[in-house]
Amino acid sequence: MMIGQSLTDLWHGFGVALELHNLMWSFFGVLIGNLIGVLPGMGALSAISMLLPLTYTMHPIPAILMLAGIFYGSQYGGAIGAILLNLPCHPPHAVTCLDGYPLTKQGKGGTALGITMIASFFAASFGIIVMIFASPLLVSIAFKFGPTEIFSIMLLGLLCGGTMSKGSPLKGVAMTIVGLMIGIVGTDVNSGTARFTFGLIELSDKVELVALALGLFGVTEFLRSVNRMEVVSTGLKVRLRDMRPNKAELKQAFFPMVRGTLIGTLFGAMPGTGPTITTFIAYAFERKISKTPERFGHGAIEGVASPEASSHSKTQVDFIPTMTLGIPGDAVMALILGALLIQGIQPGPQLITEHADLFWGLIASFWIGNVLLVILNVPLIGLWVKLLQVPYRYLYPSALFFIAVGVYSTNSSLFEIGEVLVFGLIGAVFVALDFPVAPILLGYVLGPMVEENFRRALLLSRGDMMVFVEKPISAGFIAICTLLIFAQIFFALRGAWRKRLIPTGEAPANPMPVMEE
Amino acid sequence: MAVQWKVNPYHKDYYGGGLMMLIGLGAAIQGSTYRVGTLSQMGPGFFPVALGVLLALTGAVIAATAQRGVVLGKDDDKVPEWRGWLCISGAIVAFIVLGRYGGLIPATFAIVFISALGDRQNTIKKALALSAAMVIVCVLVFWWALQLQFPLFRWG
Repeated sequence: MMIGQSLTDLWHGFGVALELHNLMWSFFGVLIGNLIGVLPGMGALSAISMLLPLTYTMHPIPAILMLAGIFYGSQYGGAIGAILLNLPCHPPHAVTCLDGYPLTKQGKGGTALGITMIASFFAASFGIIVMIFASPLLVSIAFKFGPTEIFSIMLLGLLCGGTMSKGSPLKGVAMTIVGLMIGIVGTDVNSGTARFTFGLIELSDKVELVALALGLFGVTEFLRSVNRMEVVSTGLKVRLRDMRPNKAELKQAFFPMVRGTLIGTLFGAMPGTGPTITTFIAYAFERKISKTPERFGHGAIEGVASPEASSHSKTQVDFIPTMTLGIPGDAVMALILGALLIQGIQPGPQLITEHADLFWGLIASFWIGNVLLVILNVPLIGLWVKLLQVPYRYLYPSALFFIAVGVYSTNSSLFEIGEVLVFGLIGAVFVALDFPVAPILLGYVLGPMVEENFRRALLLSRGDMMVFVEKPISAGFIAICTLLIFAQIFFALRGAWRKRLIPTGEAPANPMPVMEE
Repeated sequence: MAVQWKVNPYHKDYYGGGLMMLIGLGAAIQGSTYRVGTLSQMGPGFFPVALGVLLALTGAVIAATAQRGVVLGKDDDKVPEWRGWLCISGAIVAFIVLGRYGGLIPATFAIVFISALGDRQNTIKKALALSAAMVIVCVLVFWWALQLQFPLFRWG
């Protein structure tokens, strides 16, 4: 019965997404996202944050359709750079470079792109189907959530986001807390006290989301890459007919694609697991079960199909907790959540019923957007290849200008451009000290909600902290949190113990490629 | 001999942990100046103080568990890019100042020109050409097409 209802709603959603006005914005999002994603050094985060200001004046539905389009467009664009030029512009694609670039060197770059396109489309479709059936189910559970449960699940989301991204889990947690603190800046809604504003009147209205995101993912990135980014311009040419994989290649890529999709779906359902870790696990898994693991790293088509599929199915499934619970899975989802909040839409269980056209329109637009992406990339691939070779020395000054104007346009405030610089410098220092910056955004977006629900839960329980473990649903989340912490401590201790066994100077053999941004 | 700017990862965790402790303590002290309240009746200071203490503790653990023999990252043996940093920061400051006292066109020109000089391969001529191109884009796209509320020129 529920499935029937979902299908009717989805039919209605297609109607919404196919309205000319909405379709146009979706197309625009996909195109711009793809374009920015292709540019060296730009990923989904910078693409979305740059265009976020544009959505402030738009109607919520086209705004969110456009942002989603930018997201998967830029994701696809990132794969092009990874395969053709060995440029992991967007960290999740770092693993695609490992086999994608060797394929290009063998003259099979076109095939790799074709496989990527097929894998992405397949995985996205699967993710969308999961979304259609899982969301209403999740909503029926989520309606039972009070402040206590919401706080516990947010705690879990933050903990996952901090510890499971990459690098040291402790540093991730530290960055999440820093993000929560940045979320505090401004006037407290309950008492009117100005907190952490340093006496600046401009800060009393919170830190601007766009300024924070562009600082952390735009300026920080430029500061890290200036004079270091080398774009190799090869006489690269990809023709349309090169992109069509032959039967043997398709057969080779099919099961890795299915496995990658399933891995992505699984990780998408878990809040806080970043896309980078998902693609790495998909790759490592594929190499492990392969009969010929030595081919990996030298142009194995499976090494392209599986991680790309996993990243796309994860992308779709990630929308489920973001839309139905209001808990974003990673920094990109946090941005989209922020955009919804700015539009005055509170994501959560009531979203599907109160904004049915938005929710189902979004789902339908995913499909339409993915079709658009395929159609778009067939004729434009030549242009993308040219764009890939734009020297970084021209790119970043222009991007810096777009950032400045974009931030200014949100509130006509020059002060917020200053915020961008400050966060950019802070971010660069953090990155230099090996801290991941993405959890900051997660903490910032969730911060006010975490505080509000924490306050309310304890107000209702008259200050009894036990309430979080007394209510069954909340206790479940807290139990997972505890388990996660103990697992992390266990792995850290085991790592330290192993290191002691191996004489110093010899790093233990790393089963997975080193992850770095 | 040039000063070695190599930071070994062992020290990185010390600095990082120390920085987190500093931020955490600062936030906790600043937070305690707001009303903290009790668990059942939380004041505006409660959450900041709690986060500050938590961050300071995390920082302490990061510093305490700093390990030797961490594999060096790809950027660790490079000198920080002072020229790039200076030019990018300067460019943003120039945009703000010129945006306030000069208008959109001078600000646009300045942000592109100054930041372009941060790259060692860019010549003055190339930077000038790039900034001129961006000024044209800016006027056409943002000022004319998108109707950005930002005067092209203004005095004082």
